[in-house]
Amino acid sequence: MGISTHPDEAKAFNKQSERVTWHDKTLWFVREKRDKSVHQLPEWETLRELAAQIKAHTLSHLDDYLLQFEKQAKKNGIKVHWAKDAEDHNQIVKDILIKHEAKKVVKSKSMLTEECGLNPYLSNEGIEVIDTDLGERIVQLAKEKPSHIVLPAIHKKKEEVGELFHQHLQTDKGATDPTYLTEAARQHLREQFLTADAAITGVNFAVAETGGFVVCTNEGNVDMGANLAKVHIASMGIEKIIPLKKHLGIFLRLLARSATGQPITTYSSHFHKPKKGKELHIILVDNGRTKQLSKPDFRSSLNCIRCGACMNTCPVYRRSGGHSYNYSIPGPIGAILSPGKDLNKYSSLPFASTLCGSCTDVCPVKIDIHTQLYKWRQIIGDKGHLPPSKKWSMKITGKVMGHPKTFHIVSLLGTTLLKSPKMILNNPFNTWGKDRDLPQPKHTFSHWYKKQNKHEEQ
Amino acid sequence: MKIGLFIPCYVNQLYPEVGMATLQLLEQFGEVEYPTSQTCCGQPMANSGCEKDSIGSIKVFFEAFQKYDVVVGPSASCVLHLREHGVKLFPEAKEVIDKTYDLTEFLYDVVEVRSLESYFPYKVALHKSCHGLRGMRLGSCSEKVERLPNKQRQLLKMVDGIQLIFPSRRDECCGFGGTFSVTESDVSVRMGNDRIQDYMNNGAEYITSGDMSCLMHLEGLIQRQKLDIKIIHLSQILSSDIKKKTEQKAPKLTTHA
Repeated sequence: MGISTHPDEAKAFNKQSERVTWHDKTLWFVREKRDKSVHQLPEWETLRELAAQIKAHTLSHLDDYLLQFEKQAKKNGIKVHWAKDAEDHNQIVKDILIKHEAKKVVKSKSMLTEECGLNPYLSNEGIEVIDTDLGERIVQLAKEKPSHIVLPAIHKKKEEVGELFHQHLQTDKGATDPTYLTEAARQHLREQFLTADAAITGVNFAVAETGGFVVCTNEGNVDMGANLAKVHIASMGIEKIIPLKKHLGIFLRLLARSATGQPITTYSSHFHKPKKGKELHIILVDNGRTKQLSKPDFRSSLNCIRCGACMNTCPVYRRSGGHSYNYSIPGPIGAILSPGKDLNKYSSLPFASTLCGSCTDVCPVKIDIHTQLYKWRQIIGDKGHLPPSKKWSMKITGKVMGHPKTFHIVSLLGTTLLKSPKMILNNPFNTWGKDRDLPQPKHTFSHWYKKQNKHEEQ
Repeated sequence: MKIGLFIPCYVNQLYPEVGMATLQLLEQFGEVEYPTSQTCCGQPMANSGCEKDSIGSIKVFFEAFQKYDVVVGPSASCVLHLREHGVKLFPEAKEVIDKTYDLTEFLYDVVEVRSLESYFPYKVALHKSCHGLRGMRLGSCSEKVERLPNKQRQLLKMVDGIQLIFPSRRDECCGFGGTFSVTESDVSVRMGNDRIQDYMNNGAEYITSGDMSCLMHLEGLIQRQKLDIKIIHLSQILSSDIKKKTEQKAPKLTTHA
């Protein structure tokens, strides 16, 4: 109890009708760009299938590939760390930073550090963290969390960004021109890159064969951070591993088109070894992933390459906003990852869907997202996390539907009830009737059919 | 062919005319019977996380429909639920569920209808229900790179006088989602209103669909706001008045009217 649920948050978001319109349209625009881009590739479905198979294979040999990666990476001079959970990860990062007496860190593209709560953790230790992805910097300045994994500030309008930059970066008051604001952010970030002691990045793909890894950005901020700072720490979830270098071609094509409709991201930065005189660390993080792997119904959720396509396509996400999920990964994929972390806290998320299946069809690595949402619902029901009203109404409905005679009595009562004046029907307990009417049929189909047949027999 | 008519619970209760239209259509292809002991496919309970509470209704379905050659219902969603989850919950019902079809599948794939004697001279937008589209693959969805026949559109094209209207978002969900429409009422209502506006903006006079549940949600919103657009189930268009067609085409013969 006391946990804010998706319906509560979505209700609050929907109070601003114009913002919902704008949020929906903006994300739909990205989804359409994605459609145009994938329909240019006749081999799209083959690519998806290949990617899903590679991921399934990798997940079933995850230990082998991770060890192979570690061996290769070490051979190249990368320092490899293993973290079992968020706390472990944050501790490792802190220890490296303290060793290097780092006071300021530039960070780029890492939903994993978001998942681990790294920013507040390092702040408490007196280490300043600057997010360098433009969207992430915007939400950081606004003291908010990302609302989307690829477009972290998609919930913010340019007027709001203008105001934020005016406060923090001294831009002109009332300025909304994206070019002007982006230039101001660029100047500000340039200064941060030049004065940072360390760089933290995420990892999009790590290759077991080579011990190298790839980070994809559109702003080049990963290169700026990693090449300037004397130490580079890369944090990756253990599911980011792929077996061979040649597999990159498949995943890089799928990622960019699914995320933004681009053929490929502007920068695909490959890292294989530290620069002379510098250090390169990689942290392999579990944080619940092996637990998810142990559940056959949900293991394919680890296929996720974090493209965000399921969010852009989800009609519920588009109309409730990323913050309504209250989890680091929002949207449909977040709704199947989060219950594995805390079933009670996230028990409303698998129900934040109409099960329309669009997420499954848009997913570049073929995660059966809506099927997993359905499966989580059953677990939530079985483990007693449903609201009592739902639990009991379903139990009673189930009993009625299992007994035709009772069903027909209830059905007759229903017809009578539907004939009541709308004033009575649309009472505060009837959520349906708040905005919608019900038809007022004179009789049921079965009543008509029985009468019809009697007539014919005579 | 002995056809068992499967009428989903909410269609029985709220939209008897959809049952009548389906019956009328099916009677062209065999001997149709409506077993009155049927209740529900069990989907409302199952989608709410209580699939165990739905086993009773699947047993009732199994018992009611055993004796037919095929079972047909005007709802992709209910049939899909039986296929995807009903069989797993009550495996004895497999044989019956295997011969259960949605109306579109029955017309397009089983009896392979390629012409109809129906007439419906209006601007109609086809709302593709998600369970029909992405669950049953009654057409190709906009997310995938595939080319499948759009079976419902093909059926509608056989109707004389009809003018098909295309929305800007060709296959977005209406927001019904079963109990979602109540538990997430705000998002559900918003989604429904957005769909209606899309159809209206493109000049539709009617919204049709193979699933009445989507239409029930949309109609609820339309009526509350007194909007100038109507809903009609696919079966009602496909069985629409043949006599009217004669009247329209040969007005001189209609003096009795």
